[in-house]
Amino acid sequence: MAKQDKSIIKAEEMVLNMGPQHPSTHGVLRLKIHTDGEIVSKIEPIMGYLHRCFEKHCENLSYEQVVPFTDRCDYLASMHMNHAYSMSVEKMLDIELPERVEYIRVIVAELQRIASHLVACGVFGLDVGAITPFTWALRDRERILDLFEMLCGARLLYNYIWPGGVSHDLPPNFIQYTTEFLDYFEPMLKEFDNVLTGNMIFVERTADVGIITPEVGVNFGVSGPTLRASGISHDLRKDEPYSVYDKFDFDVPIGKGIMGSVGDCWDRYWVRMREIEQSVKILRQAIAQLPEGDVHSARPKKVRPPKGEVYSRYESARGDVGFYIMSDGKNIPYRLKMRSPAFCNLSVFSEISEGWMMSDVITILGSLDIVLGEIDR
Amino acid sequence: MEILDIANNLKNKFSDSIEFSEDSSYIKVEATKWLEISEYLKNDKDFMFDYLMCISSYDCGDKEKYGVAYNFKSTSIGHYLEIRIEVSDNESIPSVTSLWGSADWHEREAYDMMGLKFDNHPNMKRILLADDWDGHPLRKDYDTPEYYRGMPVPKDKTYWE
Repeated sequence: MAKQDKSIIKAEEMVLNMGPQHPSTHGVLRLKIHTDGEIVSKIEPIMGYLHRCFEKHCENLSYEQVVPFTDRCDYLASMHMNHAYSMSVEKMLDIELPERVEYIRVIVAELQRIASHLVACGVFGLDVGAITPFTWALRDRERILDLFEMLCGARLLYNYIWPGGVSHDLPPNFIQYTTEFLDYFEPMLKEFDNVLTGNMIFVERTADVGIITPEVGVNFGVSGPTLRASGISHDLRKDEPYSVYDKFDFDVPIGKGIMGSVGDCWDRYWVRMREIEQSVKILRQAIAQLPEGDVHSARPKKVRPPKGEVYSRYESARGDVGFYIMSDGKNIPYRLKMRSPAFCNLSVFSEISEGWMMSDVITILGSLDIVLGEIDR
Repeated sequence: MEILDIANNLKNKFSDSIEFSEDSSYIKVEATKWLEISEYLKNDKDFMFDYLMCISSYDCGDKEKYGVAYNFKSTSIGHYLEIRIEVSDNESIPSVTSLWGSADWHEREAYDMMGLKFDNHPNMKRILLADDWDGHPLRKDYDTPEYYRGMPVPKDKTYWE
């Protein structure tokens, strides 16, 4: 399918509303689509339907109380939000963490990345009409949720990673179950790959569609797999290693344009699939190196950061999460701003979907992998 | 480049509009010169700040000044910079949407939440709140309205605690 030249056909402009209640908008997002016949000329995303005043609430809560709220921001990758927030508070307090805590955090974060990418890839397949891979993806994700349930009792909103540590140590047999899951999962991932990645219909719908060039991507602040698909190797785990990521050997997959051009929808899907493989690789190393120790020893008695501000960055499943926290020396944040990756990724949407057909809008939106909880906050 | 070198470089070029103390982690610039400075930051080959990560608005707490913090990163050189601008209620800040696409929505959010005004922004309207919402919630002196279109607005903590 090729991008349509608007100058050839001219019809009357029509404004079409899509959402907020629509299965393909991945949440309560409303799109005001200006169309010229079947060709999209402009898209205005309208959001805020899920706005829960996260930043305003944080100004009334102590630093520890904010953690469960971060869960609800990106509900498909809550561990990442917990981790990102805790890291920023630790940066303000200047806490040195025990090795075991860092390893546990990496293990849960990578499991979460697999779970989140599975949803992204599965739902993307569903968006373009492939139903089987979606059920497979959710089946395997369920296993990860079971592991998390064992870990902290919750399946989606964990409140697991706290400033200075984690809420519980790993339960007995957790490592054994995780290894069993990885052994089970690797062949399953190959099967998933076989069914969807090279599928002719899937490739026809996604290759060469909605290309984000590296310049546009950087200009709009796109991050995560969405930016890496455009051929830019930008991964905070590699570029500015936090936690213990510098101890692991893994690659950063970038888009190569195998089926079409670099930065198209297919590339974004492909990068996520390859990232799952890398996460499995990191997990195996982290499990092998996991040290013993106490996970509560670094928990501060009271969190009262000194006056000042911090901007910390974290590589979540959707991209570069930033927490900008200003402290005035009290036990509640003076101002907390969350830089949400999906918010920036969505801002490029109108730019790249211009000139495409209505049906491609669904494909492009699906490939961006947005979570409205995080956009609206 | 470290922030000290960046500040010295900027001071040589824009002298009075730059405020920087040795131990701080940000550079404060004047709103009137911001457009020139931002162009310099983006295009000069020593800086190349092409990635605008975040724009955070904040209340200075004295009921007069409101601030905005820009977090930049350069993808080619790899250095990081935080710029701050503080203005009073009736002043406005030049928009940098023409230089960084990511500024568009972040500036709209700063307007929505903190009531900061940006000049020459292509589409300056509320982004997260309803178009007819009163006031800017993240200001420290903000009073939550009792009703919004006849619906009571939950005010005390019993609703969510």
